[in-house]
Amino acid sequence: MEPLERYRPLIDDFGAFQAACKRPLGIAARVNTIKADPDRTIEALRADGVGVEQADWHPTVLRLETDSPGSTWASFHGFVHTQEEVSSLPALVLDPSPGDRVFDACAAPGGKATQLAALVGDRGTVVANDNNLGRLSALRFNAERLGATALAVTHQDARNFSFNDLAFDEFDHALVDAPCSCEGTIRKNPTTLEEWTEDHVHSVAGIQKGILRRAVQATRPGGTVVYSTCTFAPEENEGVVDHVLAAESCELQAIDVDLESAPGVIEWQGTEYDPSLEQAIRLYPHHNDTGGFFVAKLEVRA
Amino acid sequence: MADNVGQRFDRLPSTADERTVPGRATRQAVLEYFADRFGMPSETFESYTFWEKGAGKIWIYAGESPSPAELEALGMTCLRTRQEHWKPTTDFAQRFGRAADSCVITLDAEQATAFAAGEDQSLEWDGDWGYLIAAHDIAGGLEPIGVGLYLHGELRSMVPKGRQRTI
Repeated sequence: MEPLERYRPLIDDFGAFQAACKRPLGIAARVNTIKADPDRTIEALRADGVGVEQADWHPTVLRLETDSPGSTWASFHGFVHTQEEVSSLPALVLDPSPGDRVFDACAAPGGKATQLAALVGDRGTVVANDNNLGRLSALRFNAERLGATALAVTHQDARNFSFNDLAFDEFDHALVDAPCSCEGTIRKNPTTLEEWTEDHVHSVAGIQKGILRRAVQATRPGGTVVYSTCTFAPEENEGVVDHVLAAESCELQAIDVDLESAPGVIEWQGTEYDPSLEQAIRLYPHHNDTGGFFVAKLEVRA
Repeated sequence: MADNVGQRFDRLPSTADERTVPGRATRQAVLEYFADRFGMPSETFESYTFWEKGAGKIWIYAGESPSPAELEALGMTCLRTRQEHWKPTTDFAQRFGRAADSCVITLDAEQATAFAAGEDQSLEWDGDWGYLIAAHDIAGGLEPIGVGLYLHGELRSMVPKGRQRTI
């Protein structure tokens, strides 16, 4: 927990934040609308004796009362995919339309890529990319179980993503759910901070900047790019977006979601970030009883 | 004629006349198989393309792609060809099996649970032998579970090991 002390100046109710970080996280799942709607999914879960509560901020987000969500018919049929409640947020913020060409730069193990496929009505092209072959095999397993037919899976370093072997040369929208120091997953992985170092935060931020820059370059003017992490470190969040705002032609957009959040920070340890970063959102564990998360929404300019 | 290159995706030719790779299934043959065996209307697949990667492994894809294409996956695997009896995948049966109205065997709760766990079971079945789609009633509708092989009074679950679950 010690590394989190550095965020004391950023967080209004730091005591509540610390207490929430110590509580284990409940089990959440997303309804896979490729296979079933929320009503049928909830009926199937209840028939298996699983208590279900629908999140009030989105009908496809469910909180489950079970220790083994995988041992249900709803899971076997791919009606649900178990994923953290806030993990459903970035694809919903991206909000692609049927037929769109969508890029998921760091897609494995596929929870968000399959959600993007569902959001385009499984009609369009969702390029699910990852640089890790082992994790790509988990993505492929999930994609098949969830019946996502709109996914094209690529194995590239997202920083140098190439359109070779694709039918087009720009995306309508892109999601960068970046690899990060994962501080916000502490409720799920209590040991996640044991190997935390500030050096790691800085080195992963360099990778994040490269991935987000390439995603912005690869998206058409007018398209949306969503950047998200499950960490609190401003170096990996506002610092990354600030860098890309300066280097590429894009601007921040407001995020409209019915969840409690704090605005993005615009000053951190003596560094000032672009003031528009206040439109990014920080979700702290005590806000909505979830993991920690950061989301920024960008529009690409001509 | 050209060779089948196992490591890339090639779109299936529409018909045998357009085939350049020996033994490759055609779109027409795939649609006929799904229609003849399972009664799935060909319109079900109107907006999908079919691809071969690997020897006889057929993929179904809704997006855009050039052919050939070298990537990790295009959509999902749907059918094993280049063998005497073509075999649909479990995940294809789950995704598209609602469109089937023949060679669909309805299981009761206990049978469905055994099937999902990968167990073989003795069952009465009046229809054709061979690959069937197993289904059960769940949450107000019949839902396909996967593919079974019916032979000599026994339904063998074809659910792959990694997909089997004790429910």
